[in-house]
Amino acid sequence: MAAKTQIALAGNPNSGKTTLFNHLTGSRQHVGNYPGVTVEKKEGVYSGQNEKVHIVDLPGTYSLTAYSVEEVVARDFLVTEKPQAVINIADAANLERNLYLSCQLLELGIPTVLALNMIDAARDRGITIDAGRLEELLGLPVVPIIARTGFGTVELMERAIEVARTSRAWQPVSISYGDDLDNLLIEMERLIETTAFLTDTYPPRWTAIKYIESDQQIIAKGQACNPELAAELSAKVTVVADHLRQTMDTYPEAVIADHRYGYIKSILRQGVLRQQFDSARLFASDRIDMVVTNRFLGPLIMVAVLLGLYHLTFTYGKPLQDGLNTVFGWLGGRVDQLLPAGHLKSLLVSGIIAGVGGILSFVPLIMLMFTGIAVLEDSGYLARVAFMMDRIFRIFGLHGSSVMAYIISGGIAGGCAVPGVMATRTLRSPKERMATLLTAPLMNCGAKLPVLALLTGTFFTQNKAPFLFMLTLLAWVVALLMARLLRSTVLRGASTPFVMELPPYRLPTFKGLAIHTWEKTWQYIRKAGTVILAISILLWAAMTFPGLPADTEARFDRQRQAIAQTYPEGTPQFNQELGALTAARNQLALENSLAGRLGLGLEPLSQMAGFDWRTNIALVGGFAAKEVIISTLGTAYSLGEVDPEASASLSQALAADPAWNPVKAMAVIVFIMFYAPCLVTVACIIREAGSWKWGFFSMAFNTGFAFAMAVTIFQVGTALGLAG
Amino acid sequence: MAQMPLRKMKKNQSGTITAVKVGGEMGRRLREMGLVPGTVITVQGRAPLNDPVALRVLGSTLTLRNNEADFIEITVADLATGD
Repeated sequence: MAAKTQIALAGNPNSGKTTLFNHLTGSRQHVGNYPGVTVEKKEGVYSGQNEKVHIVDLPGTYSLTAYSVEEVVARDFLVTEKPQAVINIADAANLERNLYLSCQLLELGIPTVLALNMIDAARDRGITIDAGRLEELLGLPVVPIIARTGFGTVELMERAIEVARTSRAWQPVSISYGDDLDNLLIEMERLIETTAFLTDTYPPRWTAIKYIESDQQIIAKGQACNPELAAELSAKVTVVADHLRQTMDTYPEAVIADHRYGYIKSILRQGVLRQQFDSARLFASDRIDMVVTNRFLGPLIMVAVLLGLYHLTFTYGKPLQDGLNTVFGWLGGRVDQLLPAGHLKSLLVSGIIAGVGGILSFVPLIMLMFTGIAVLEDSGYLARVAFMMDRIFRIFGLHGSSVMAYIISGGIAGGCAVPGVMATRTLRSPKERMATLLTAPLMNCGAKLPVLALLTGTFFTQNKAPFLFMLTLLAWVVALLMARLLRSTVLRGASTPFVMELPPYRLPTFKGLAIHTWEKTWQYIRKAGTVILAISILLWAAMTFPGLPADTEARFDRQRQAIAQTYPEGTPQFNQELGALTAARNQLALENSLAGRLGLGLEPLSQMAGFDWRTNIALVGGFAAKEVIISTLGTAYSLGEVDPEASASLSQALAADPAWNPVKAMAVIVFIMFYAPCLVTVACIIREAGSWKWGFFSMAFNTGFAFAMAVTIFQVGTALGLAG
Repeated sequence: MAQMPLRKMKKNQSGTITAVKVGGEMGRRLREMGLVPGTVITVQGRAPLNDPVALRVLGSTLTLRNNEADFIEITVADLATGD
C-alpha cells in the first residue's frame, strides 16, 4: 500500500460507512487491530483515475469524546496520523443527529468532505436536502451519495482527493456556546496559546472544550504536559461548572451539546432541509416493527428466527464439518499406510493432521454462522433482539445482545462456543461483552454432547431424553449465574448505557455479506490456527512420550510373533488376537506417557470427585477438543479405536467397571460441562478479550468451579448411598 | 401542556424534551443521540416486558431502559392523545 494520499472515513454507526468502504475499496482490504485494543482497523485502497488513495475506515461513533474505546481510537487516529482529508458520511434521512459528529470534526479543523448517504431513502421519506446551500453554510464540500449502488461516489472521491491535495493548515471552526462558556473559552484559549499547551497535537480551542467536557484523556495528557497550567484550567472550569449548576441546574457538557444542536438546527433551517411529511408518519420499517417487536408476536418470531439460524447452520454446516473430518481422516490413513511406523508418522497423523483438521473442520460452521449473523445484523434485526431480551439479561449483568452468543454456543444443545465467542463482537458494551464471552462456553456444545449422551445412555437409561434436556437447562442456569457472579466481582461496574439505535430494516447486500464472512473466517484460520497447531503438537507429545521401555516393547514384539506363528495371517483369530495385543500395548503406552503420569499423579486429588486416572487422562485430552474424551477413554480401557458416534463397546466397558456408578457419572458429566473450554475456544477468548490473561482465567476458573461442583455431587451422592 | 417524566408516557404519545438531568457517560450518550431540550420525541413502543422503551427521535428510532428514561423530562401537548 504505497499510496501517498490517506483519507479517513468517519461517521455514525448505521450511516452506511462500511458499505461505502466496501464500495470504494472492493476486496483490496486489510483488517488489523489498533495497537493495544480490540477495535478493528480496516484499511483499503481506492483506485482513482490518476492515483491510488489509501482509505482508513474509522470505527463508527456518534461523537468524539473519550468514553468509548472506539471514539478514542477514531480521534487519536485523526490527530496523530493527520490524514489529508476526512470523508464524513452522514445518513441523509437523519441529518440533524449525524451532523453532531460533523460539528466536532469542524471544531477539530481537519479538512472534511461531507457525504450525504442514502439520499434516495431520505427522498422517499419526503426529505429534500439542498446540498449546495449546506456546502455554503458549512464551508466544506457536500456530496449526496447512495453507497449501496455507488451513486455519487466518484464525485465524492474526486472532491475528497481535491481537498487532500490542497494541503492547508487545519482551520478549526468556532461554535458559540453561550456567554458563560464563550468567555471562559477565550480565557483558556489565551492561556493555552501562550504556553503552547498540547498545541502540537490539538487546536487550542478544542483542548479548552475538552477540559469543559471533563474529557479524561485530554485532562491526563494535560497533567503530564504542564501540571500547573492543567490545574489552572481545571480550576477555571470548576468555577463556571458550579455557576451553571446553581443558576441553571445544568452541566457544562450539556450546555455544549445543546449549543451544538442549536448550531445544527440554525443551519438546517436556512433553506437546507425541507420535510414534506409529518415526522410522526409511519414508514415501512415502523410497520414491520409493529409486528416484529409486538408484545406477543415479537418473542415468537424471535424464537423462530433464532431457531432457524441455528438449524440452518448446523443442518448445512455439520455435514460439511463431518466431510472435512472424513477428508482429514482419509489423509491421515494414507500417511499411515505410506510411512513406516515411528514417531514421525505418529506426529504427522495424530499431531499435525488431526490438529489442523480439527481447526479447519470448524470453518464451514463459522462461515455459515457468520453469514447468518451478518444477515441479522445488517438487516437491523439483531438490534430488535437486544431490545426484546434486554430486560431478562440485565438481571444477570448482561446485555440484550448476549442471547445470540449463548444460543450459538449451545444454548440450544449442540452449538459451538467458537463462533459463539466470536459473535460477542456485536456487543458494544465492554463489561457485558466480556461477561458474555467468558460464560458462553459453559453451554453444551456439539462436541460435549456425544460424551454426555454416552454417559447418560450408560447410567441413566430410563430417562435419557428428559435428562439431556435437564442438562441444557442446567447449562443456562450456571452460565447466567456465573455471568452475574463475574459482573459483581472481576467485571464489576455499572452497566454501560443501553441507549441504542434501532436502524431501519435494510436488505443486506451480497457484497457486504461476502466480505464480512470472509474476514471473520480468515481471521479465525490465521490467528487460531497457529496457536492451536502448536498446542495440538504439545498435547500429542504429552500423550506419546516417553513411550514404553525397550524391554516392554520387546515383550510385545515377542507376543506379536507368537500370534503370527499360532494363527495363519488374515484369519479372524489372528486379527482378534493382534487387535487385543495392540490395544493392550497402547493402553500401557498411554499410562506410561506424560499425560498418563499426570493422570495418575492427579488421582489422589481427583478421587475426591471419584475420578480415576483413566478419566483424568481423558479429561486432559478433552482440553484439545471435547470429542477426544471418548477416544482417549477408549484407549485407556484398551478398546482400540473408539468412534465417538458408535461407542457401544465403551459404554459396556464403563458399565462393567466397578469404579463407575451413577454418582460418579453425574460428577463427570457436570465436570465435562463446565471445565476449561476447549483449545480452539480458549484461543478465540484470548483473541476477542485482547489478552492472554482472560484465556488463562477461563481455563483456571472454569476448571476450579467444575471440580468443586463435581466433588460436591460425588461426596453428597455417595453419602446418600446413591452410588449403588 | 403538562410536564412528565418519559417513563410515564404512553405508546404513540409525543412531547418535547425540556431537560436531561444527568451528566457523565449517561448524559453524553443521551445527548449525542439527539436527546437534548427542544427535541420532539414520540413513544413508538415498549419491549415485551415493558422495558426498554423505543422512541422516535429526529427521524431515527432509539431504545432506552426505563431507568435511563427517568433522566428525561418531557412537555406533552395534551394528555389525552395517548391511547
